[in-house]
Amino acid sequence: MNGIDPALLIAALMVASTPILLAALGEMVVERAGVLNLGVEGMMIVGAVSGFIAAYGAGNAWAGFGAAILAGAALALIFGVLTQGLVSNQVATGLALTLFGLGLASLLGQGWVGLKGPGLGRMDLGPLADLPFLGRAVFRHDLVVYLSLGLVIVLNLFLFRSRAGLVLRSVGENAASAHALGYPVRAIRLAAIGFGGACAGLGGAYLSIVRVPQWSDGMTAGAGWIALAIVVFGAWRPGRVLVGAYLFGGISVLQLNLQAAGAELPIELLSASPYLVTILVLVLISRRRHRGGEAPADLGRPFHASA
Amino acid sequence: MLLSIEGLTKRYPGVVANDDVSFQIAAGSLHALLGENGAGKSTLVKAVYGLVRPDEGRMLLDGEPYAPDDPRAARAAGVTMVFQHFSLFDALTVAENVGLGMTERVRQRDLSERIRTVSRDYGLPLDPDARVGDLSAGERQRVEIVRCLLQDPRLLIMDEPTSVLTPQEAQILFATLRKLSAHGTAVLYISHKLDEIRALCSRATILRGGRLVDECDPRTTSSRELAERMVGGTLATPQLRKRDVGATALAVDVLDQPPASPFGVALRAVSFEVRAGEVLGVGGVAGNGQDELLSILSGEVRSRIGCVRLGDRDVSRLGPTARRTLGLSTAPEERLGHAAAPDMTLTENTIVTGARRMGLVRGGLIDWKRAAIAAAGVIRSFDVRTSGPHAAARSLSGGNLQKFVVGREIAQKPDVFAVNQPTWGVDAAAAAAIRQALVDLAAQGTAVVVISQDLDELLEVSDRFVALNEGRLSDPVPTAELTVERIGLMLGGAAGGPMPEAAVA
Repeated sequence: MNGIDPALLIAALMVASTPILLAALGEMVVERAGVLNLGVEGMMIVGAVSGFIAAYGAGNAWAGFGAAILAGAALALIFGVLTQGLVSNQVATGLALTLFGLGLASLLGQGWVGLKGPGLGRMDLGPLADLPFLGRAVFRHDLVVYLSLGLVIVLNLFLFRSRAGLVLRSVGENAASAHALGYPVRAIRLAAIGFGGACAGLGGAYLSIVRVPQWSDGMTAGAGWIALAIVVFGAWRPGRVLVGAYLFGGISVLQLNLQAAGAELPIELLSASPYLVTILVLVLISRRRHRGGEAPADLGRPFHASA
Repeated sequence: MLLSIEGLTKRYPGVVANDDVSFQIAAGSLHALLGENGAGKSTLVKAVYGLVRPDEGRMLLDGEPYAPDDPRAARAAGVTMVFQHFSLFDALTVAENVGLGMTERVRQRDLSERIRTVSRDYGLPLDPDARVGDLSAGERQRVEIVRCLLQDPRLLIMDEPTSVLTPQEAQILFATLRKLSAHGTAVLYISHKLDEIRALCSRATILRGGRLVDECDPRTTSSRELAERMVGGTLATPQLRKRDVGATALAVDVLDQPPASPFGVALRAVSFEVRAGEVLGVGGVAGNGQDELLSILSGEVRSRIGCVRLGDRDVSRLGPTARRTLGLSTAPEERLGHAAAPDMTLTENTIVTGARRMGLVRGGLIDWKRAAIAAAGVIRSFDVRTSGPHAAARSLSGGNLQKFVVGREIAQKPDVFAVNQPTWGVDAAAAAAIRQALVDLAAQGTAVVVISQDLDELLEVSDRFVALNEGRLSDPVPTAELTVERIGLMLGGAAGGPMPEAAVA
């Protein structure tokens, strides 16, 4: 297959995967706390539009990312208040949040379609960027890409090495027991929901500010749903979520390249391939290891403290 | 005196859970709290543990006023509790579970070391890095106990600790409790199993209807006396009626069945027959194939053609509904979630198994009126204490739900009835009623299979006895010819050694 440069392919896949990785990491924390927020798609797209508007207005990409984080978290907290405070159904509320987010983004984004954002320069990594192959593939990205990778490590340490992470997991495992031991279940869940929204918002803004980079209606195109699926197939573990997100991003980029290179495969099959391959690989991973692949036991179950 | 309870009263709407209860617990004593379901034991210990605030009365700990606002305050004062239903996190390790329950912060590595030390000192083998979800019920209980012990308690409250344990695990627990007592920790022990209390405790407080009715030394009081004081009347042993044993109603023929789950037991060459009007008792320590045997009979697991015959019909390949329709009813051990759907009403739970034989479905639609009448009938004839057929199964106490589950099947007039652990975790009066119902059912010509760990129960109700060891069934022996030694020998293989006394006593 001539015309496809492996170094450029890797570089492209890292950029393509970052929005999904961010959203999936956020949702993973939410689900570890026992909450199922199906509003990821909605939070992503609101992050995308508000991030783009702020970045364009301020002429600075970082202003956009900040605005997207706030917008995503704010939207998530609507979900949080409804499900944790008023004990509404999480599935229905999450779906409603996605619909609400899509509509809100469409409204806010009118008049911003087709404009060109300020963009984000790549990080200066000095001599690393000049390494043969690796330099072009891995070391010529912007800061957000590296932040998302750092987040994988930080979350791994947080969830499995810190006491706060242990408490968060215990809330997701058995909220009633955690409550009986004296942990503030609702506050912990609200914090997790807010974090998840912030990550989804940031992921959305990365799409509109860096990846595309402009605003168009419906531009997340199901990325939030893919993030949700990756959390499940990634067995709620940061490392495997990374594998899932990069796999999906990688195949997406590869199939586009293959289409462009005129591969002799039906376009429909190529377009479907990221979904098929990602699910297949992650299912195989979770089949091989029995342990640790289980969902948090109280996932999606409402908690209502009673005497 | 370590703890003095003076005039403790707690009222709930419509019921006085504790009515002017006063008693004392001595330091280092093993103190039993006895009473039927609903006698107020749980409310009382919850008050001591700070989960319930009493309306009147006071408590003194070491002579100082003691009124904990929450469990944290109770723990700080040296009072800890092991719950009947464990409050553990399955996906976390032993050390993580223990750490979550400690007020002070301890580094995970130091904690593992302390867990090892305590578990060695008290003979409670436990691996700090094991995942709680992989542990047996006895090991889970050890996690809870170790969690309590790490806080150097002066009073340890245990709510029905042996209801989930095998006899071997219970023996280990008793040894631990005696050791604790020798070290000066008092234990408040709640149990239905009177033999246990007589062997373990030196003092017993008996509650009935929220009031303290008696205090005694259980070592010098017979089980029967204790039970009668709890119930407040004489306790009936099942009236064995003259029974005519008829033709073979159920035959299981050389059945080999691989285990259904990775933790299951394989059944090997199991053969037996039950005749109409006869009770066959299947004894053995839990986890030797009891669940597997019952699911073979119920039809949840199908077997090879020719293995299970009902009368002269081969039902091996039929599912539960078909078998029930033909007259083979079963009641599994797990009441909530297996025998009954927890959040459905008793009426709905009646329809679930009784639809065909009770005629509750007409023209494909549920006849709700008849179903409610049928459920009410079960409630009445088996003295199920509940607000009515519309109550959710979850709201019933264990004993009452068990009476309902057994009664529901009996009301369908089955030709064969198989039940697993019919009186597990059930108080004495309810247990006596269930046993009587089983004996009566046999007297009406039904073939009954009773699978139980409780050997007294099997000796009481069954005509013939077989032992189940590691998936193998012994040859049947008429109950009349049985001695305790003989049973011990029959069960001996099960544990791979001599049986502990509790199982045989």
